[in-house]
This record gives sequence, structure tokens and C-alpha cells, in this order.
Amino acid sequence: MSETAWGTWARRVGMAPGAVYALVVLSLTFTLFTTQFLTLRNLTNVGMQGSVLIIVALGMTLIILSQGIDLSLGPVMGLAGVVLALAVKQQVGLPLAIVAAIVVGGCFGLLNGVLIARLGLPPFVVTLGTFGMAQGLALVLTQGSSIPGLGPAVQYFNDGRILGVQVPIIMTAVAFLVVYVILYYTKFGTYVFALGGNQEALALAGVRTRLYKTGVYVLGGGLAGVAALVMTARMNAAHPTVGVGLEFDAIASVILGGTSFERGKGWLGGTIFGALAVSVLRNGLNLIGLSTSWQVSMVGMVIILAIVVDSLRGI
Amino acid sequence: MLHFWLHSLSRLAMIIVLLVALSLVSPSFLSLQNLSNIVRQASLLFLLASGLTVVILTAGIDLSIGSVLALSGSVAANFIQQGWIWSGSLIGLVIGAGCGLLNGLMVALVGLPPFIATYGMLWVAEGFAQVFMKGEIISGFPRGFRFLGAGYVTGIPVPILVMIVVLVVSIFFLRRTNFGRHVYIIGANREAARLSGISIRGNLLLVYSLSGLISAFAGLVYVSRINAVESTIGEPLLLPAIAAVCIGGTSLFGGEGGIGGTMVGALIMTLVTNGMNLLNVSPYWQSFVMGAIVVLAVALDQLGSAKMKGA
Repeated sequence: MSETAWGTWARRVGMAPGAVYALVVLSLTFTLFTTQFLTLRNLTNVGMQGSVLIIVALGMTLIILSQGIDLSLGPVMGLAGVVLALAVKQQVGLPLAIVAAIVVGGCFGLLNGVLIARLGLPPFVVTLGTFGMAQGLALVLTQGSSIPGLGPAVQYFNDGRILGVQVPIIMTAVAFLVVYVILYYTKFGTYVFALGGNQEALALAGVRTRLYKTGVYVLGGGLAGVAALVMTARMNAAHPTVGVGLEFDAIASVILGGTSFERGKGWLGGTIFGALAVSVLRNGLNLIGLSTSWQVSMVGMVIILAIVVDSLRGI
Repeated sequence: MLHFWLHSLSRLAMIIVLLVALSLVSPSFLSLQNLSNIVRQASLLFLLASGLTVVILTAGIDLSIGSVLALSGSVAANFIQQGWIWSGSLIGLVIGAGCGLLNGLMVALVGLPPFIATYGMLWVAEGFAQVFMKGEIISGFPRGFRFLGAGYVTGIPVPILVMIVVLVVSIFFLRRTNFGRHVYIIGANREAARLSGISIRGNLLLVYSLSGLISAFAGLVYVSRINAVESTIGEPLLLPAIAAVCIGGTSLFGGEGGIGGTMVGALIMTLVTNGMNLLNVSPYWQSFVMGAIVVLAVALDQLGSAKMKGA
């Protein structure tokens, strides 16, 4: 690697220290206060649990880069999991069930994208509305209860190993590579950055901004469908409300990772660090033995604090 | 002006259609008891949505209103059940205003996008409400406190009187005071507001604190009316409140709309909920319908105003 390339890398890392610092501080804290944190078994666990968050956060990164937001990704993931489980129970075959889950995610992305890009509606309200719709559909389809016992074929996506590496971690790596290539090596990716910079100029230059903007939400929804597979495999069940709140973790991961709401500034690799920091926080609070109710507010506060510090530093 | 009249007429038509449809569907709908019940429910939604309206007028949003209502209602209820009606209520209001102030600090001083700051607050407040309630339900409050939600003054339910007072006071403040004018200017054109010397930070801090305070007050009315509280009471209220503001004609882009419209919106949303209950629609579908209504309301409003501007 040439010297300038190293310089670029250093600057890129310098762009995302929020997440890196948070990761280091949280890891040190939990290593000091618990004996179980710094074990290979637990760290693997963090990686496995983090995979769902990372996959969703990758899509969220692109959405936020284009100056949008998608609050519906959590419930959409829940809905996709429900569809996956129902399809498996109907014995349509696992490949078709997975396709169905991804398509459901993509369709919600399309709905969001069309409403936001075509009609120019504020993203947070549109996706809050579709949040309710996805949540409602997931509850209607399951009548509010879980769909357990999906069988070894589904569980493979949690327990399986390829060359000794857990399948969820491999899926996360593949998802990262795919999104990385899309973002940094395609025209679509270039336009995503440009959408966050100056949409007016982009439109005047003859770029079909609406199409690309819609595409960003479709990609985000589709990735939520992929995440649903990992989540459902881990629990060996689909639960209609499992995704609620995940969108907040994903947004936090993206912001901690150094992607900002302004001017198309961001770094995909940072999102990984951000998501790992959030996962370490949740894992550590679990190890300490904090009840889930405390965790909800603690995670919320730590994340808000991190975002506030990050944004104050940027001034 | 034409837009305003068209808007008012279309909302009136909506109400009439809903009233006719619901009375055809269910004979019990037009009973005095059900109608008075609807207005009482609408008054609660209106309270919650009125603070939100002012936030949205500044081109902001407050997604934390539902969980702030639950948190302050839960804490207040614990004290009130011990007989400390006034101090308990006061503690609830202070917690609400405090949450709002924190939102305001994050938005006005730190410069976070409002939906991020208040979405974070949603989870923090929700978590604390859960910690405080430990999954339990508290019910049975002193008669003095029940007056707020279930009492009558000269035959009129107290929540409805509260709604009228809040409506009149907030219309006065929005239309006749500098604070109100500043809210509209900040929402319509922040740069112009800054240039004309309006304190944007101060006004935003006030607006978000007010929203928290009103959410807490709505929480007191709510707890007093249903005579019970649990940590999850706020969750189903956020979408209807946003829908009420949108249907009421307040623009999500700020600077346009008002509290009067929100009252109409709250009435429409309550009719819809009441109708779904009369028709025995499952609560699971209701979540879907609420989401769809929010999307539709925003979309139709945007299409309508785009057409008006084009004409």
C-alpha cells in the first residue's frame, strides 16, 4: 500500500473515533467489572449477536448518507422473520422462504422510498407510519404469539460453520463486502454520497435522484430481510415484536461510526465499529446482571450521550 | 386562503362521513353516552397532540410524548395512590418538563436532528417507566384525583373543560403573543428568524419543555380517567397524536397550521378508533391502520399543497 493510501486510511479511522473510543472504553470497563466478558466464548457471542445489528446498520448507513432515516427497519425485520417462519411452516422450501423474507423487506423499502423520494415527504414521519404498519402486520399474521420450532435447516444459519467460522459472521462479512462494493465502486454509490451533499445540483445534472433515493430504501429493507434470517435462526422462532428498538441501535451504530446527517459525510467501516460498540454495551449490561428494563434506559442514555459528545466534537 | 377553506371543508366532510357511517354500522354509536365518551377520549388525544403541534410548527418533532406521558404518569401515580395528590402531580409535571427540557437542550444547543434526540428520549423514558413499574399495574386512586379525568362540572366532563381551556389559552399564545409569532417564524424560515434577532435557542428550549410538560399533564388526565397505570400506556398514543396534527393541517415542514386544526384532527382520529372498536377490529390491525393513516395524511396533505402552489 502506498503512503497516500495509508494516509487516507488513517484519516478514515480518524473520522470515526467516536465508535472506536466507545468500543475501547466499554470493553475495558466490562473486562474490569466482569470475569466473563473477555473470554473467547463471550466475544464470539458478541459477534454473533452483533451480526443482526450490523446487517441492518449497513443499510441504515446508506439511508442516512442520503440524508434520510428509516425508523421502520426494526419492525420490518420482525415482519420479515414472521413471513420466513410462516413460509417454512407451509413447507414451501427454505430458499423460497428466504426470498419471501427479503422481498417483504424490499417491498417496505420500496413503499418508504416512493413516499419519500416521489412525494417529498419527511422520512421520519413516513417511516414511523410504516413502522406501525409492519408492526401491525406482524402481529396480525401471528395473532401476537411466537412461531417456534423451525427445524435444523433454519438453525443452520446460526449454528452452522463454514471452514470453522460461524455462518452469521460469514453472512455479515459478505453483506459488508457487497454494500462496500456498491457504495464505493458503483455509480449508485457515488450518487448516494452526492444525494447527501447537494440533491438540487445532482438533479440539475440530469441524475435520476428519485430512482437512486428509492433504491437506497429498497436496499435497506432487503438487508433487514437478510437480518431476519439470522435472527430467526438464532431464536429458532419468529416473534412479531422482536425487531422493535433495533432501528434505534442501528441509527446509533451509524452515527457513532462517524456517518453524519449532513453533507454526505460517512464511512461504512465505521458502522461496524459502531454496531460492535452497541453490541458490547448490551452484552456487558447483561453480564453485569442488569434487568432488561434498566438496559432499555441505560442503552438509550449511553447512546444519546455518545451522539451528543460526537456532535459537540464536530463543531 | 382558498386552501384553508378547502381544508376546513374537507375535514368537516370527513367528520360527517365518519358520523353517518358509524351510526349506520352500530346503533349504539349515537347514544349520548358513547358520544360523550368519544369527546372525552378526543380531549386526551388533543392534549397530547397540542404540545406536539407547537413543536411541529417550529419544524421540529417530538417522538417521546407517549413514553414521557407513561413515565410521568407512572411516577405521579405512585405518590398519588399514597394520598399525596398535589405533590405527586407536581412531581409528574416536573419529570415531564425535565424530559422536554433535555430534548430541547439536545435540539437547540447540541444541534441534533429533533427526531434523533426525541427518539432517544422515547427509549430512555420508556426504560425508566419499566424500571419504575416493574411490569405491575397500579390502580385505584383517591376521589380528589379522579375528579380530573372522571369528574363533572355542571354536567360537563372535566377533561372536556380542560381541553377547551388549553385550546383557548394556546390559541391566544400562538396568535397574540411574541412567543407565538416567533414559533411560526422559526418554523417557516429559521434564517430569517435569526436575522431578525429572535432567540432561536430560547424559543426551542421553551417549546420542547412545554411539550414535555403537556405530555405529563395528559398523563395525569389519562391515569385519572382510566383509574389505572402501567408502563406501556404511552406506546399506542404516539401515532394517533402525529396523525391528529397532520390531519389537522399543520405542516410537518413547520410554520403552517395551528391548534384549532389539531382539535379537529384529534376528533377524527378518535372517531376512527371508536369505529374500529365498535366493529371489533383486532388491536393488531389497529396498529397497521394507525400507521397507514399517518402515511396517508402526510401524503394527501403534501399532494394538496403541491397542487395549490402549482395552481
